[in-house]
Amino acid sequence: MEASLLFIQLLNGLQLGILLFLLSAGLTLTFGIMDFVNLAHGSLYMLGAFICASLTQLTGSFVIAALLALPLTALCGLLIELVVIRQLYARNHLDHVLATFGLILCLDTLAEIIWGPAGIAIALPELLNGQLEIFPGVVVPIFRLLVIAIGLLAAAGLYLVVNHTRLGMLIRAGASNRTMVSTLGVDIKTLFSGVFAMGAALAGLAGLLVAPIAEASIGMGNEIIITTFVVIVIGGIGSMKGAFIAALLIGLIDTLGRSYLDDLFKLMMSNDAAETAAPAISAMLIYLMMALILAVRPQGLFPASSR
Amino acid sequence: MIRYRPVSEASDLLSFGEYRMKKLLSGALISAAIFSPSLFSADEVKIGFVTTLTTGGASIGQDQEKAVNLALKHIESTMGGKQVKLIMADDGFKPEVGKQATDKLVKQDNVDFVAGYIWSHVLLASRKSVLDADKFLITANAGPSPVAGKLCHKNFFSTSWQNDQTPMAMGETLNQQGVKSLYVMAPNYAAGKDMVAGVERTFNGEIVGKDMTKWGKDAQLDFSAELAKAKASGAEGIFVFYPGKAGPAFIKQYQQAGLRDVLPLYTVFTVDSLSLPKLQAGGMEGVLGSVSTQHWGPDLDNETNKRFVADFREEYGSYPSFYAAQAYDSIMLIKSGVDAVNGDLSDKDGIRAAMKKASFDSVRGEFTYGNNNMPIQDFYSRTVVEDADGNWTTRIDKVVLEDHQDVYAAECSL
Repeated sequence: MEASLLFIQLLNGLQLGILLFLLSAGLTLTFGIMDFVNLAHGSLYMLGAFICASLTQLTGSFVIAALLALPLTALCGLLIELVVIRQLYARNHLDHVLATFGLILCLDTLAEIIWGPAGIAIALPELLNGQLEIFPGVVVPIFRLLVIAIGLLAAAGLYLVVNHTRLGMLIRAGASNRTMVSTLGVDIKTLFSGVFAMGAALAGLAGLLVAPIAEASIGMGNEIIITTFVVIVIGGIGSMKGAFIAALLIGLIDTLGRSYLDDLFKLMMSNDAAETAAPAISAMLIYLMMALILAVRPQGLFPASSR
Repeated sequence: MIRYRPVSEASDLLSFGEYRMKKLLSGALISAAIFSPSLFSADEVKIGFVTTLTTGGASIGQDQEKAVNLALKHIESTMGGKQVKLIMADDGFKPEVGKQATDKLVKQDNVDFVAGYIWSHVLLASRKSVLDADKFLITANAGPSPVAGKLCHKNFFSTSWQNDQTPMAMGETLNQQGVKSLYVMAPNYAAGKDMVAGVERTFNGEIVGKDMTKWGKDAQLDFSAELAKAKASGAEGIFVFYPGKAGPAFIKQYQQAGLRDVLPLYTVFTVDSLSLPKLQAGGMEGVLGSVSTQHWGPDLDNETNKRFVADFREEYGSYPSFYAAQAYDSIMLIKSGVDAVNGDLSDKDGIRAAMKKASFDSVRGEFTYGNNNMPIQDFYSRTVVEDADGNWTTRIDKVVLEDHQDVYAAECSL
């Protein structure tokens, strides 16, 4: 029983980590390649969830809605890039922070006007709502397995695009030396728009995968964006590999902390003290880890070599 | 009616800018308070209502706002012959924002009553501002243990309950249903701790596991790890307290994990008229048949409640939540006080004495106030069912605790 519970918790940690990776990948793209700090990345995650929720109600099918919501979220990202972000590249990071913070407020309010404050639950098809017995005694919700599979596919796709396509080459070149790339005749504006839209689509994907588990709600992006920043800081800002490993690390540490910390503490202190201390410490765990890693490696685990 | 909406919870990301903004704002507030000429208009009754009007908690606040407006409509906005002026304020689901909103109501608007407060931590942060200014404070939801015990105050009244009471009723229900072992989950904040303490106080069986999950602006909404533990614990039931948007999220994951047949669900303040329509839209049948306890229900059989529920449904198209019911009562309680002194708001002793009698027609039926001004009232067990029109709602099964007084009343010196 113990081993199967541990296995389930590892899967849960993996699933959380993969969601965090989808979010931090977009953030890494915009920060690593465009040198742009986007606090409003979480709002795109929220938009993805809401758009998918609306479309699910409209079409009656989560799968169709999800397939439509992805390009729509990318489109939202594109619009935001054209109207707001593009004006800001030449400015410094503080201006980025201010402007995108304003964007958060605007998008949160916009979402409240369109969808109301209550949040929307998404109905899953019967098949996805069920459970699967992987091994005897190891029963997992099917949808969570699907999240892991889709996330890993997206990660693999991203790896292929960045490392083995012309677009990826341009992205990497842009990350190393933006001026050089544009002097070589590459339309850097279009490239940036495309990268931003790609980041938006990834955030939207994370959002629409979370929505059937929790729900689409106002401010859901602000809840997760802090953890996402922890991920990219631990991973090394601008590094996709770092983001992937750090996201899985955070997902596992957070989940295992929530699962086993109280049992661990009970070995060392009284039951009452353990029950008080464990939730507090497990809520802090990822920040403690960030402090620890930054103390040893201030540049993160896998700093982008070109920066 | 005036509404104040401070920036949303996202403001935490920019603490420095916010800090400067706050300094500017508070300076402006002070000068406005000093130079405001209309401070002493005695021809109206001013009520400030602090609730959550932004963030995910806004659906609760709006339900309360609807009930307050319905109450004002029912009494034609008059108390003791005076017009009522209502000022809604937003706490942004944060203690510091709630306290600022309260300070503004007390100092700048100079209200006579401050009511509302969904969240225990917001109430605890705000109570002193109201009570130190010698105004009346009426909680229409939050009931943290300190305000019922050591921090009780003659000008503080509740139209809800003390946090521990509803879960105590649940513990009793579990005993009656023969549940021997229980898994417990709640968010890690003032009310969450009270809820767990409450169920532990009356439940006779064994608590085989307990999780206090992260709460606040980055609250935990993914409960996969906890649900896996709960299932592995082999408990005969799971007790949870997840108010607001965490409730539907929990129930969905509970169903997705296939726990409905293995681990029966017992809740307090989680399944309500706000979450049920959402759960129904999401096809979450796992919640049907689940048991919860409460001091009130939309089907509670008394004339005041029938009128309240019928008019609420006609006006807004949905069942009122318990938050709404308590908000409705808070206005009626204030009216009973102001009516008794014929609108003489300077007669605070008179208002207090009248409110203490709990003589108004409450939607929960008759109740009395204890020494600490917390209601002594019945608690019911309820089951989630489908009503005649196919809407999911709760049905009151029976009284579990009769004329129940909270356990902290003894610590109150009043």
